[in-house]
Amino acid sequence: MAGEKSVKVGGTRRTVFTVLATGIFVVLSFLVAFPIFAGLLASFRPGRELIRKGLAVDLDVSTMSLNNYIYILSGNEDSVKFMNWFKNSLVLTAVTVVGTLIICYFIAYGLSMYNFKLRNFLFFLVIATMMVPFEILMLPLYREVIDLKLIDTTAGVVLPGLCGASTIFFFRQYMIGLPKDLLDAGRIDGASEYGICWRIMLPITKPAFASMAILCSMGAWNNLLWPLLVFRSTNKFTLPIGLNTLLTPYGNNYDVLIAGSMFSIIPVLVVFLCFQRYFIDGMTAGAIKG
Amino acid sequence: MEKKNNVWHRFIYSQKVAPYVFVLPFIISFLLWWIYPMGSTIVMSFQDIKPSGAEWIGFENYGKLLKDSVFHQAIFNSTMYMLLTLVLLIPFPMLFAVLMDSNLIKAKGVWKAVLYMPALTSVVISGTLFRLMFSEYETGQMNVLMRVLGFESQKWLKAYPTAYIALLLICCWRWTGVNMLYFLSGLKGIDKGLYESAEIDGATAWQKFRYVTIPLLKPTTIYVLTISVYAGLSMFLESFMLWAGNGSPNNIGLTIVGYLYRRGIEKMQMGYASAVGLVLLIIALVINMIQLVANGTFKKEER
Repeated sequence: MAGEKSVKVGGTRRTVFTVLATGIFVVLSFLVAFPIFAGLLASFRPGRELIRKGLAVDLDVSTMSLNNYIYILSGNEDSVKFMNWFKNSLVLTAVTVVGTLIICYFIAYGLSMYNFKLRNFLFFLVIATMMVPFEILMLPLYREVIDLKLIDTTAGVVLPGLCGASTIFFFRQYMIGLPKDLLDAGRIDGASEYGICWRIMLPITKPAFASMAILCSMGAWNNLLWPLLVFRSTNKFTLPIGLNTLLTPYGNNYDVLIAGSMFSIIPVLVVFLCFQRYFIDGMTAGAIKG
Repeated sequence: MEKKNNVWHRFIYSQKVAPYVFVLPFIISFLLWWIYPMGSTIVMSFQDIKPSGAEWIGFENYGKLLKDSVFHQAIFNSTMYMLLTLVLLIPFPMLFAVLMDSNLIKAKGVWKAVLYMPALTSVVISGTLFRLMFSEYETGQMNVLMRVLGFESQKWLKAYPTAYIALLLICCWRWTGVNMLYFLSGLKGIDKGLYESAEIDGATAWQKFRYVTIPLLKPTTIYVLTISVYAGLSMFLESFMLWAGNGSPNNIGLTIVGYLYRRGIEKMQMGYASAVGLVLLIIALVINMIQLVANGTFKKEER
């Protein structure tokens, strides 16, 4: 049918298709980048305009200035507050990532390197925890954290998520494919089980660490719901919570809100552009059947 | 002294003990942060929790839920949202992935990076940007667009269908790229030889897509479907940010988790909120079970 006829004009037909298909992605990318671009432009204008007019792309350069950015960096009261949120987010992200990766690596190591009675059952439990959305456990967890006197502490935010099922799952999928001969070689050389885990296997698992570190840090950096429940004192707020507090209908802090939002995307974007491959590896690992 | 050393030595060299030491953090965490809260939410759902103490009331919370019209609306909203996200966020990303996988696309890396970008932003930022774009003022981006297209300005977030459009657009904006990458990684696993033999048999592009791509992409599709059902049903923060708080006019943006949050955190009715959470869990599990059985995931011979 149509296919047979067009084979003869293969070359031009192919070019047309290439242009059309690439065109779809140009349009799609434009639409996706649009809100961030509009936000970026708005961050160079007074926040009052956002409240009065809403957000729209306005390319008029003459009304733009760096005032919002100067304001959040200048050392005034709002700026100190913002920088404190930024610092809190950095600390929380670092603690979460280091803790989660080390613990999940150990757990996955146990689940993938040894044959023991409870192995399959425990792995099943790991999967089962993924089947319950966090939002259902958020209330009882909130009460539990209050009872344990961990409310308003970093420990209260970090501990419940430390053994992240998806991180364990990813490490386990990665390690199950590693050669077990190395363990025996290590044993013959007189290394203890933990020495093998730490000194021999950990270096081999580095690519998995890279993927998970990136994914995990992004999750921690952007996490809103659970920190919002646990943190109560304003000096402990992270960026998402802090920016959220600026969203009051009567707020006049949209300068900080819009410039701060754009500012908080920067570290994530830099990490993403440097380590793009690891992002995609880590994220899609779950979808490939192991 | 020497004996003690010996015990320690035997401990760190024991291959029997080691796995249990490694998985111990998981067992502790599982009991403390999963079994205990799960149990306590089930118990609480049969109680009336007051500052003075908890009182057993049997199935009263669930009975009230049956008659609670706001809860019904929350269920309707969440289910509707979930279904619409499935319609939008499975076929289109799959199509984009197939295109992206073909050799027709130039500068693939750029488009992949841009489409993934929204997933990097916090929901606070994306919610705020969309809220301001869907502003009811004439000067908001969506209203500017409406007038360019010859329509009237809308009070987007105050009326029923338009509020839904805003919610769905945030969702599509954030997840189209991510789902596309899932499908793309699934496509990478398909043997290219199959397409070649299909071509030899004279299959058209559509036939190749229908009879090779779709069946072989099924594991990925099931995975995306499963997580989308959960994410759709438990959506909360998008609505929370879009209306800058948990209240929307006539509850048009209220979701099941939003209702759980309202009852549990805002009104401190932990028992009632627990019942809401458990109903959500049951709905999510049932839908996913039906979906997985219908897709034949549990049939061993199929592989």
